[in-house]
Amino acid sequence: MITLNVILCYLCLLLGLGFISSRLFRGTSKDYFVASHSIGPFLLLMSVFGTTMTAFALVGSTGKSFERGIGTYGLMASISGLVHAGIFFLIGIRLWAFGKKFGYITQIQFFRSRFESDRIGYLLFPILVLLVVPYLLIGIIGAGKTIEPVTAGAFTEIFTNPSAPQWLGGIPPWLTGLVVSLVVLTYVFMGGSRGAAYANTFQTIVFMLMGVVAFIYIINGLGGLEQAGKVPARITDNGMVVQDFAFDQKTAQLIKNEPPKPIGKVLHSENSNLTDRQPHFSRTPITVEFKKKNPKTGAISSFERELGIPFITFVSYFFIPLSVGMFPHLFQHWLTAKSASAFRLTVIAHPICIMVVWVPCVLVGAWASGVLPPGIPPPAVLSAMLKLLVGDPVLTGLLTAGVLAAIMSSLDSQFLCLGTMFTNDIVVHRAGSGKYSDKQIILIARIFIVVIVALTYVLAMMAKDANVFDLAVWCFSGFSALFPVVFAALYWKRATKEGAVASILAALTSWLYFFHLSGYGGEMVVGPGIIPAAVCFGFAVVAMVIVSLITKPPSKETLQKFFPSG
Amino acid sequence: MNRKVIWVLFLLLFMFHQDFWWWDDTSLILGFLPIGLAYHAAFSLSCALLGWLAIKYAWPHKLQQFAEENTSGEG
Repeated sequence: MITLNVILCYLCLLLGLGFISSRLFRGTSKDYFVASHSIGPFLLLMSVFGTTMTAFALVGSTGKSFERGIGTYGLMASISGLVHAGIFFLIGIRLWAFGKKFGYITQIQFFRSRFESDRIGYLLFPILVLLVVPYLLIGIIGAGKTIEPVTAGAFTEIFTNPSAPQWLGGIPPWLTGLVVSLVVLTYVFMGGSRGAAYANTFQTIVFMLMGVVAFIYIINGLGGLEQAGKVPARITDNGMVVQDFAFDQKTAQLIKNEPPKPIGKVLHSENSNLTDRQPHFSRTPITVEFKKKNPKTGAISSFERELGIPFITFVSYFFIPLSVGMFPHLFQHWLTAKSASAFRLTVIAHPICIMVVWVPCVLVGAWASGVLPPGIPPPAVLSAMLKLLVGDPVLTGLLTAGVLAAIMSSLDSQFLCLGTMFTNDIVVHRAGSGKYSDKQIILIARIFIVVIVALTYVLAMMAKDANVFDLAVWCFSGFSALFPVVFAALYWKRATKEGAVASILAALTSWLYFFHLSGYGGEMVVGPGIIPAAVCFGFAVVAMVIVSLITKPPSKETLQKFFPSG
Repeated sequence: MNRKVIWVLFLLLFMFHQDFWWWDDTSLILGFLPIGLAYHAAFSLSCALLGWLAIKYAWPHKLQQFAEENTSGEG
């Protein structure tokens, strides 16, 4: 109950901030959609970082490190620091400049103008919506999955049908999803992009702080940093994977297992000398067979897991962070910037913010391999470590608030961007400028946002058992495959509307093909370990180049408009 | 230093991301920090440094000026 009260306090604080920031709303559609281009460096950094980091940054990174080891940081975080900062510098500032100069509010307005084509908007619009919607579902489903376990036992007489028997009395996912959706809807509805920027800043600070606080408590629980380094699972001379330590909750101390507790055995590795290695501290692929116990029946079964990361997968993962170049909700954040100079702090500090959040979580995931059963669901690793080593309901509530903050700081921007796109790219575009007054445009956007939130909530309840993190990678892959379109539009004068359409269709068809092969959202690689995003990206580039070169170049007026320095 | 140097540094940094040196090394720095993770944390700091260099030596002044001239507001 204490945990739930902490979470409710956090949500009330967020709503209060929403009310305060809505008082700053200037009443114009430009202010509602892009905060009248008035957001300064710190708010821009926090809102951009908060938007790009979902719940994966806290719970997903810890779980992935528990599965794969420290290679998770290089695979997903450090490369994102390089690619994201590069995109903010090369794509973000340029799009902001055109948006400010020509009054664009959405990506599609820019593409329609750059490619001299009205129809490209109608092609791109449903694709962007289809890629953003699963991203929204991830947030709502993830919130439900986070709250139920930590509130178990709070309302045993009211909530009698839990997702798992041990969570009896926990807040059910349908109620969490509803509350989170309504909280986000409230401050986005009232304050638009300015409200979202303030809320994002608050939430980003909360989830960064909570990640660090959880890390410090876990280190103390393990008996200090040096002791923590000895904790991860180890391979013995006969190829068994063992845990050398266990945590005794009565004495609140780490005790040595004598003899070490076997939890699995090595099946395959390219490295012949594995004795005394802690496989979670390297990135060499090692296939291990683990045992797990079914919590309902008590039956023991075995499963295989590949620790480490194949080199080709590590390299091809570079294509995933390219997705930020095509996120419509990030485009909208870029346009809120007061000036090009506002981007400077984001370009420099974004990689550092990633490091501050991810390094502790990746370490905790690797340490967890030495004290948690290997069969635990990876997304539950961070909360299980806190429960085992700390067990404090206030801290659990604060960490859960941090996870919710990471989720909601992405949800708000996505809800707002879909409302903005529907309003500007479809309704106002078809009616022609001048048909609706500024107040009517804001009203239309708000109605769309309410409808989108309601639809998303219903869809999330229908897909509540989906593996949210696998689905996230597929969303990113789709946006990455569209990246050649935005890059060519900004840097290649010869890029034509036919080339852009061919590139979009190549990206879409190849993405749908792999999505189908994966069983609609499962984890998959192509050939020796290449991720599908890399292949889709390749098809999109080839289509863009070949079709652009065999079709008529853009008009002189368009080239002068988008390449002003000759 | 000009834009070409920044691009070369970017590509070098990208190549250094695909590290071979500590791929198989599980030793710890200060008794707790795996060397592979320390390397990539240093890589993150290098990205921030490259961002600072890009802003200092390759800032798009003309583009900034272009954006801040009279806006046309075609939407």
